[in-house]
Amino acid sequence: MISIAVISGFVLALFAPTIHRIKPSWSGGVLALLPLSLFFFFFSFIGEISGGTEIVESAAWAPQIGVAFSFYLDGLSLLFALLISGIGALIIFYSGGYLHGHPNLGRFYTYLLGFMASMLGLVLASNVISLFIFWELTSLSSYFLIGFDHHRESARSAALQALLVTGIGGLALLAGLILLAQAGGSQEIYELLSRGDAVRSHPLIVPMLILLLAGAFTKSAQVPFHFWLPSAMEGPAPVSAYLHSATMVKAGVYLVLRLSPVFSGSASWHTSLTLFGGVTMIVGAWLAIVQTDMKKLLAYTTVNGLGMLVFLTGLGTPLALQAAVVFLIAHALYKGSLFLSAGVVDHETGSRNVRELRGLYKRLPLITIATALAGMSMAGLPPLVGFVGKELIYETVLAGSGPGHLVVIAALLANTLLFAASGVLLIRPFFGRAAPEAASSRGHRVSIDLWLGPVVPAAAGLLFGLIPGLLSSAIVSPAAAAVAARHVEAHLALWHGFTPMLLLSLVTIGLGCAFYGVTISKETLVDRWRWLGSAGPARWYDVGLNALKGLAHWQTRLLQSGYLHHYVLTIVLTAVILTAVTMIRLKGFLIPTTDLQVSAYELVIVVLMILAALVAVCSKTRMSAIVAMGVIGYGLALIFVDFGAPDLAMTQFIIETMTVILFVLVIYRLPHYTAISSRGSRLFSALVAAASGALMTSLVLVAHGIREGSRLSGYFADNSLLLAHGRNVVNVIIVDFRGMDTLGEITVLSLAGIGVYTLLKLRPHRNSKEEQAQTTTSNEEQESTDH
Amino acid sequence: MKSVILTTATRYLMPMLLLLSAFLLFRGHNLPGGGFIGGLVAAGTFILHNFAFGVEETRRLLRINPLVITAVGLLTAMGSGVVGLLAGNPFMTGHWITIPLGKGQGLHIGTPVTFDIGVYLVVIGATLTIILSLAEGE
Repeated sequence: MISIAVISGFVLALFAPTIHRIKPSWSGGVLALLPLSLFFFFFSFIGEISGGTEIVESAAWAPQIGVAFSFYLDGLSLLFALLISGIGALIIFYSGGYLHGHPNLGRFYTYLLGFMASMLGLVLASNVISLFIFWELTSLSSYFLIGFDHHRESARSAALQALLVTGIGGLALLAGLILLAQAGGSQEIYELLSRGDAVRSHPLIVPMLILLLAGAFTKSAQVPFHFWLPSAMEGPAPVSAYLHSATMVKAGVYLVLRLSPVFSGSASWHTSLTLFGGVTMIVGAWLAIVQTDMKKLLAYTTVNGLGMLVFLTGLGTPLALQAAVVFLIAHALYKGSLFLSAGVVDHETGSRNVRELRGLYKRLPLITIATALAGMSMAGLPPLVGFVGKELIYETVLAGSGPGHLVVIAALLANTLLFAASGVLLIRPFFGRAAPEAASSRGHRVSIDLWLGPVVPAAAGLLFGLIPGLLSSAIVSPAAAAVAARHVEAHLALWHGFTPMLLLSLVTIGLGCAFYGVTISKETLVDRWRWLGSAGPARWYDVGLNALKGLAHWQTRLLQSGYLHHYVLTIVLTAVILTAVTMIRLKGFLIPTTDLQVSAYELVIVVLMILAALVAVCSKTRMSAIVAMGVIGYGLALIFVDFGAPDLAMTQFIIETMTVILFVLVIYRLPHYTAISSRGSRLFSALVAAASGALMTSLVLVAHGIREGSRLSGYFADNSLLLAHGRNVVNVIIVDFRGMDTLGEITVLSLAGIGVYTLLKLRPHRNSKEEQAQTTTSNEEQESTDH
Repeated sequence: MKSVILTTATRYLMPMLLLLSAFLLFRGHNLPGGGFIGGLVAAGTFILHNFAFGVEETRRLLRINPLVITAVGLLTAMGSGVVGLLAGNPFMTGHWITIPLGKGQGLHIGTPVTFDIGVYLVVIGATLTIILSLAEGE
């Protein structure tokens, strides 16, 4: 059943454009039904999973190497599956309104549904290889979604940046997962979870951790890989809301949570997670408050949230993991809502600048309510679920695991900055006094497909804040238990009494207000710090990418000179040197002196061939050279006849004839022979040719001496009739024993045919080109690729 | 420039050469021959026609674009490989059936033969694509 749930998304993705074409105005709602039903499907597992059951489903894929399509549902994967399907339904519904009338909306649904299915596969996969496949599929769909407005250069480069960063991380992840599977002796995560001791005591634990964390940190935008996430805001708002806040970037967090039981107890695991997570949450929140673009601001607060989650996983106590789970839910709800609201603001006003927008509450009342609720949840204010999460975080750090004070200060700083960022986003743009002319344009109604998306998660945040008990035993306890690998009983409450946590919350609010005040009043000071955001690792990425391009350009120029004789020279010389060096090093040139009788008949043919070769080299016209080469080919065919190889001889005769015909057709169009190369270069070519000939001769002689070693010819001769029902061994080898080779060869032959056809037939016509000189060239390129 | 000798000879040679190519194709499994040689002979036949009558006539005689012949050949070869897959064996495993013809005789036919037919078609298609394109020039 779980596998069907995963596959259904891919299947619907294929048909999404068709469905969209049939009924464009309804497509969003119709397509959202699948994620919605998936949500209820996973919802129905809550009772079972919170009772402590785990569900494993497996289908063989490549059993020889232990790879399977296996799925594993426990508290953690259930939580993620609910978030992915629930928010996915809202996002797809919202997309219908946000991109209403966009010519490529159908394709957008395909990408979005494909992403949803990959993400579901990722969090449900049990086999590490299938997990990796889904991981890469999310990167790939993210590439298409970020670059959806592909006519903009910035969107394309942002998409490429995201793909390269997460793709390189993905490769590291693959290596790490393979190491993990070898260390744990299983590719199934549900088995690895109980083999932590074997993995932790493995000698390659450090490389394994580095590789796995490189994968997780690039995906989840941890410092220093955080830069791709703000760039990814080039994608449309639903993409930012879904991939780059609520789900995909959480894949790295999912991975560290998933593997937490395996590595928990290893000092390097806890230290690196706490360190990277801690730095990321502070840097993210700091960079958020200096932004002016609403989406960029939200992107950096997402970086902060992801850092917070990794930080909490690093602390690793049951309480910390419980806090991570609650914060994960809170973050997905408020961030999804805020991104969708930012999308509506952009859609309705055409601006996302928090310094320009004012008084939105008059124009977009419903969106204002949603943003206020979500923003307060982000700031950690009661009575929202964000407050519950923040209290838990403070409780965790105060419980004193890890390097005590530092951890408390880091958490306080991150939350304070986040509070200020919420203020920047919320207060002036929505409640600030509007300029008179903007205030007049009021009473604008936003359609349901635009407001439902932001409102539902914001309302859910309020509901879970008021009654946190709804979450505790049903979702938080099983998820935290899965991560902590022991029984966890979550008691969530809005009001804890007068505790140190409440005091820290009050300090956060006080300091946050102060920070907010400074940010607003000293905008020039803030501007002075903005370069920090662009001078960091993003610059390294650009430098690295340009260096790589330069290297590629240089070596392409070097190898692809465009001169045929250069290519031939390079190929022949490489082959000669590599073969000769190997043969000499291994003392392979053992040329037998006996058993080399040559009959008079053979001698005549060989002398003829040598003479023809000389004529070919020295001839003054192309035609005589071609004829001389034909003589060589026919001589070879005669030798085949002499040695009793009629198949080869026949083929050789026909091929030789065809070659001459081909040459004749081509030389029609070539200019007369002229000697343009210098004497020296011709001498060099002659030397290379002689070396190649000498090498081939000695190889043939050597092969003649070791003929007895081959077992294959005997096997083929014995089994040709028996196994393959054919008496002609040569042909049986071609079509049966080595049929795969032949399949490859005829594929190459077809490609060669298509290649020649393309070169000769599909060129833009010269005459018509002159006539259409006025029309754009891009049009013509389009045509030639369309053929 | 048309040569009467060439055109007349071609008219008589073509059917025989095509028969020869089919003969080579089908006898290939037990005696010298096979799809590759057969295909080259068939392609050579049409090239001869091309020299005698010109490219346009040859294209008219062929009726189908040689690229299509190539594609059909590749599909045939692939298809004969897939038969093995469908039977639960590795790709390209040979499968044989005997069609009874009465009197204790039967026609022995198998996927290597259809594979060879695929090779035959690819060789015809690709060779003709290349040579006819070159002969047509601009």
